[in-house]
Amino acid sequence: MTARIFAYIVYKDGVADDTAAEMLAAAKMIDPAALPTAIVTGSGSGLDAVCDALRNSYSEIWKVSNEALGYPNAELVRKALVAILPAASVVLLPHSHFGIDLGPGLSVKMNSASASDVVAIDGVEGNFLKVVRQEFGGQLSTHVRCDISNGAVISLRPGAFKAGAIDHANGMIVDKSPAVGALSTRRRYIKTIAAEAGDVDISKEAVLVSIGRGIQEQDNVAIAQELADTMGASLSCSRPVVDAKWLPKSRQVGSSGQTVKPKVYIACGISGSFQHLAGIKGNPFIVAINKNPKAPIFQVADVGIVDDVLEFLPELTNKIRETKK
Amino acid sequence: MDILVCVKRVPDTSENEIELNSAGTDIERGDLVYSVNEWDNYAVEEALQLAEKTDGNVTVVTVGNADDEEILRREMAMGAKRSALVSDEACKTSDRAGIASLLTAFVQKNPHDLILTGVQAEDGAAEVGGMMAAMLDYPFASLVSAIEVVDGNKLMVSREIEGGNKEVNEMELPCVLSIQTGINEPRYVGMRGIRQVASVEIPTYDASQLGIDKARVGQSGSKVQRVNYFVPAPSKGAEILGGSRQEIVDKMIELMKAKGGLQ
Repeated sequence: MTARIFAYIVYKDGVADDTAAEMLAAAKMIDPAALPTAIVTGSGSGLDAVCDALRNSYSEIWKVSNEALGYPNAELVRKALVAILPAASVVLLPHSHFGIDLGPGLSVKMNSASASDVVAIDGVEGNFLKVVRQEFGGQLSTHVRCDISNGAVISLRPGAFKAGAIDHANGMIVDKSPAVGALSTRRRYIKTIAAEAGDVDISKEAVLVSIGRGIQEQDNVAIAQELADTMGASLSCSRPVVDAKWLPKSRQVGSSGQTVKPKVYIACGISGSFQHLAGIKGNPFIVAINKNPKAPIFQVADVGIVDDVLEFLPELTNKIRETKK
Repeated sequence: MDILVCVKRVPDTSENEIELNSAGTDIERGDLVYSVNEWDNYAVEEALQLAEKTDGNVTVVTVGNADDEEILRREMAMGAKRSALVSDEACKTSDRAGIASLLTAFVQKNPHDLILTGVQAEDGAAEVGGMMAAMLDYPFASLVSAIEVVDGNKLMVSREIEGGNKEVNEMELPCVLSIQTGINEPRYVGMRGIRQVASVEIPTYDASQLGIDKARVGQSGSKVQRVNYFVPAPSKGAEILGGSRQEIVDKMIELMKAKGGLQ
């Protein structure tokens, strides 16, 4: 295994994302002797700050400074990467809204293998990298074999790889900007629209009753609202409930919604996609109620109840009311 | 605006419990209920709304076999004017780059102004749309949650980023967009609508008709291969409460009191 490993660093306000350390750990699982190279693109002081901070963990940092990369437009980033990456590189990136934009197209332009949303790495055998992915919303896992003789683009599920100890790499920063040149694209970043604030800020609530697809109909939302009211909790939800317009976007927990940090989280009819779980922080006590015993939510919950939420919740509400009398 | 939507027929996870077959090579497909991939259905609805605004047409295409015609008919009943099936022995063993190559070849033979896919399908990969865009050298945006027509050759496209924020991009046509659920409310398809398109002839293309390089498709052209399926080992796993519903309710109330869940 001689392929060179690169990690594309996502950052914000001059601070590298947690995935920077996770990719370092993943690179060691591909090749324990690997000294992966970080690639950081952007412009200005934020770029410099990230590159400097990465010297602690990465032995080499490729810096690409370019006005056009001030906002991380995946189309432009891809062109910059194609300009600087050696043939047969293995490129790691996070499976995030940015990685989903960048990865598949990059693999086409590098003519390399592509594996997305990878949750574990089993190492390399000859020309093959062995990784683990999930399908069917996390109900089943798969072993996947990637021929990396011409390199690979591997996007990693954020949080799936545990960052190792920082080994004070005292890394070297290499300026790759001259190799990139002028960048243009037919997709132009215009602006970012901040999320609308809701009537309740679920990110600050201590107890959440959270509903998912299992609530089945708009009229049933009231069943969960009653439980929340009785408990003194607030109502939140997973994506399908917002898609169906049964609750506003401000109530959605997940990577494309709110990040919550409650003490207690009661997941009612929520299957537990990784995008949803990514929005639950602070290690709350999680109770999952779902009629499918195979729902991935039971993997992360502290306590599980295999039952239909539409029948279980009203009984729970009634009993709490009685105990309060 | 003429719009192509790439769709896929998938086991409906809300209707089925997905079980592993005994060899671990596939899921038990015996009595699965299939439907159109949820993301793709939103993409078709979005295409229909854009086509209505711009006096254009919608075509739906899938890569698969005769069984997949049912979803093409369903999307035609929804309002798509045309459909096409890309079907070749090589499809079965192609990786997602191979599927993207087949769809790209279809687009090159049948140019459209806009190409939509769902963000992802049951494999959670979210790859085919981005791959097609790169193969076609069209601009691409993923996780699209709103589309506005600016003029004849530009769109204003919003995509979901973190924390409920949205990123707005101006994109030139032709382009490829992957559509997120919730972007619209897909219209209802009745049995009557499906009956009306039940006997429509669906044009079928194989790899050679699309003039595709055989080296890019099939097992030999695939850099990525799924080796098996397995049930993920529980990382920690919940303590499943047993007993009658009333007993479970009592246990849950005790737990809530202990953990500060009752205020």
